[in-house]
Amino acid sequence: MEETLEFRLSGSGGQGLILAGVILAEAAIREGKNAVQAQSYGPEARGGASKAEVIISEGEIDYPKVVLPDVVLAMSQDAADKYAVRVKKGGLLIIDNTYVKNIPATSARVYALPISRLAREKVGKEMVANIVALGILAGLTGAVSRRTLEEAVLSRIPRGTESLNLKALELGFEMARTFTVKVPA
Amino acid sequence: MLSQVESHLRSDRFPHIWCPGCGNGIVLAALVRAIEELGYDPDKTVVVSGIGCSSRAAGYLDFNTLHTTHGRALAFATGIKLARPELEVFVLMGDGDATAIGGNHFIHAARRNIDLTAIIFNNSIYGMTGGQYSPLTPPGKRATTAPYGNIERSFDIAELAKGAGATYVARATTYHATMLEKLIVAGARNKGFSVIEAITACPVGYGRRNKMGNGLQMLLWQKEHAVTVKQAEKMSPEELRDKIVIGELYKGEAPEYTAMYQQVIERAQKTTGQ
Amino acid sequence: MMSDVVEMARLMQGNEAVVEGALAAGVRFYAGYPITPSTEIAELMAERLPALGGKFIQMEDEIASMAAVIGASLAGVKALTATSGPGFSLKQENIGFAAMAEIPCVIVNVQRWGPSTGIPTAPAQGDVMQARWGTHGDHPVIVLCPASVREAYLLAIRAVNLSEKYRVPVILLMDEVIGHMRERVVLPRAKEVEVIERKKPSVEPKDYYPYRPGDDGVPPMASFGEGYRYHVTGLVHDEKGNPTTDPQVAESLLLRLHRKIYDHLDDVVSVEGYQLEDAEVTVVAYGAAARSAKRAVKEARAAGIKAGLLRPVTIWPFPEKEVAELAGRVRHIIVAEMNLGQLKGEVERAVRGRVGVSGVNRVNGELITFEEILSAIREVALDAQSG
Repeated sequence: MEETLEFRLSGSGGQGLILAGVILAEAAIREGKNAVQAQSYGPEARGGASKAEVIISEGEIDYPKVVLPDVVLAMSQDAADKYAVRVKKGGLLIIDNTYVKNIPATSARVYALPISRLAREKVGKEMVANIVALGILAGLTGAVSRRTLEEAVLSRIPRGTESLNLKALELGFEMARTFTVKVPA
Repeated sequence: MLSQVESHLRSDRFPHIWCPGCGNGIVLAALVRAIEELGYDPDKTVVVSGIGCSSRAAGYLDFNTLHTTHGRALAFATGIKLARPELEVFVLMGDGDATAIGGNHFIHAARRNIDLTAIIFNNSIYGMTGGQYSPLTPPGKRATTAPYGNIERSFDIAELAKGAGATYVARATTYHATMLEKLIVAGARNKGFSVIEAITACPVGYGRRNKMGNGLQMLLWQKEHAVTVKQAEKMSPEELRDKIVIGELYKGEAPEYTAMYQQVIERAQKTTGQ
Repeated sequence: MMSDVVEMARLMQGNEAVVEGALAAGVRFYAGYPITPSTEIAELMAERLPALGGKFIQMEDEIASMAAVIGASLAGVKALTATSGPGFSLKQENIGFAAMAEIPCVIVNVQRWGPSTGIPTAPAQGDVMQARWGTHGDHPVIVLCPASVREAYLLAIRAVNLSEKYRVPVILLMDEVIGHMRERVVLPRAKEVEVIERKKPSVEPKDYYPYRPGDDGVPPMASFGEGYRYHVTGLVHDEKGNPTTDPQVAESLLLRLHRKIYDHLDDVVSVEGYQLEDAEVTVVAYGAAARSAKRAVKEARAAGIKAGLLRPVTIWPFPEKEVAELAGRVRHIIVAEMNLGQLKGEVERAVRGRVGVSGVNRVNGELITFEEILSAIREVALDAQSG
């Protein structure tokens, strides 16, 4: 198989994780790669467990579901409890410690960051925590470039929220810069 | 007049399937005379029907005719009218067809106020299947499925239509065939959902079992029990209890569905710049 | 909004691809009722159709949606509806009407886990038989089954085309995985899309027999309002469209309804083969399960096992010839599906015991995994070695 990166973005319904997954896949496609985004959610639109999966590959993606993710984002305690143990060895576990108080044992490298809190305090809206998380994720992994990610964000958000979302993305990249680790090839 | 009626019939389809004394032919003739009076182009006139004795009427008419599934005539007609609003669409249904199995479509067609003219042949029974009770069989009457007398209350089609949002509601009997024709004309002219209830006799499936005599005697029963809207105004509820009020029962104003949808098209095209 | 010319690579959802495909094929009428996991199709149609001068209506129920679609098609407008299992069940009587009255229409069924309400958000392939035999009586139907977002687009077009060409209801049988997943697609340019229109009568209205077939078994179809006044009924009818109970007319009508499809299997049936040339063990899979199967075949090949994949794109009529042909050259067939063996029975019927057939089945509401298919392939390969 060609080089493939698998992402699992997890949290609660309403945190915008499916949109984040769509934006990540969109950015990959803008870079000429293949991408698949799949989702699973409970029947309720808000509050239930929510999970978006993204696979990015240079080659053909047959099986559309994540098998063992390279990167897991967990934005709720439930999501952390469920998915922290299922990360590729040496992979990345990005935790929103605004909501995740107990980090489960994992073989992944853990990045615990106050994603929702800083979204609220520095951008002014917790709603954009998903975009902050995307910035962190791209900043840490280099999976997609900042420029294409910006384009992808702008193509998928409601009109009138551009500057808010770009500010959120900027914050994410800035938070990622405080960690200088790159995902292993 | 007879030749005018004939010209809109597929006379090669006769003899029709209706029993001696059945009132359905009277409703059919009233509809044809009404269409003649309205001056509609037969090529642009559509008649949709459901399933049951009355719904066989569509097959005898030389228009664009569609004999659908049981209860669904209004839903098929909605598709035709929305797709081609320029067509004049009549919908023929029986009482069971329109208000039991098709009850949901009936109230929603009324709610949308889509420009269809629905004619309900109300013979108080399921005739084609041999006389089972319908939502319009009066309490106490007998049917093959109510051998000890019907214990269910019946609908008032006119009140149902009005409550659901129809903008023209009328009723006549087959004894009052000329009135029926006029009501169909007025209903068709209404830009919206129109309901005309036609009280018709089923001597074989209903009358015989309920000792109402033959077709002629049932017509006379209609004559004796019908009161006009005007007469009814002066009568007490007690006096009206076993009477059938005939005439124009309700006229209302509401936006018509296909016209509203045209506005949706204009809005959508403006938004997307098409 | 995207123009009709789409050539750039884009991220698209399966349900969205169905809408774009249907619109490209000329669909201008949609009637439906919301049901997970097909609702995105209705939502996008509501937005797109009026902009193209088309019509969208949310009906009071599934039954009415099917009826309205048939009505619109009879009025000359290409029409489509979308639903999922429970709604598909409700639509069946009117699908039978469309088959009998020969009214072109397309029904999309994005399958979810059943029976009953089941798991509305979880994938399954439990409606394979319902798609074929859901409505009462013997009736022809065509069922297409996409395995990718791009194919959802292409098969939506093909579904509309086949429906118009053969005057038959066509079912686009999706599953939740393909309906909801987004992936990279490059769609053909609008001018590269072949659009088929229904055959119209060329005779004067007085000489028109609405149910007199041409050489292909399909009668030319006039739309209501075009001057051909005729009768349409679900009763057995003669060539004029008039009801009859004549046994001869009934039989010849039913046989023709079948013949017009089964005489054109080359046009209607299609399959996709992968690594079949020298395959010793072949997986038969369709829809989302075929994605898992393809990866399993790739991994088996990497491990030195001669595996292949036959993917029915048309699942009804069942590609009997194509599957029977496999029997002569492969050692074993594995049917991988997200039900308890609905298509496996057809495969067994086609190969008539000439080769072993086993199933890999998953019915827990999750996508069948490539690992379980791979392990079935390994088992067969191992048996072959030891045998």
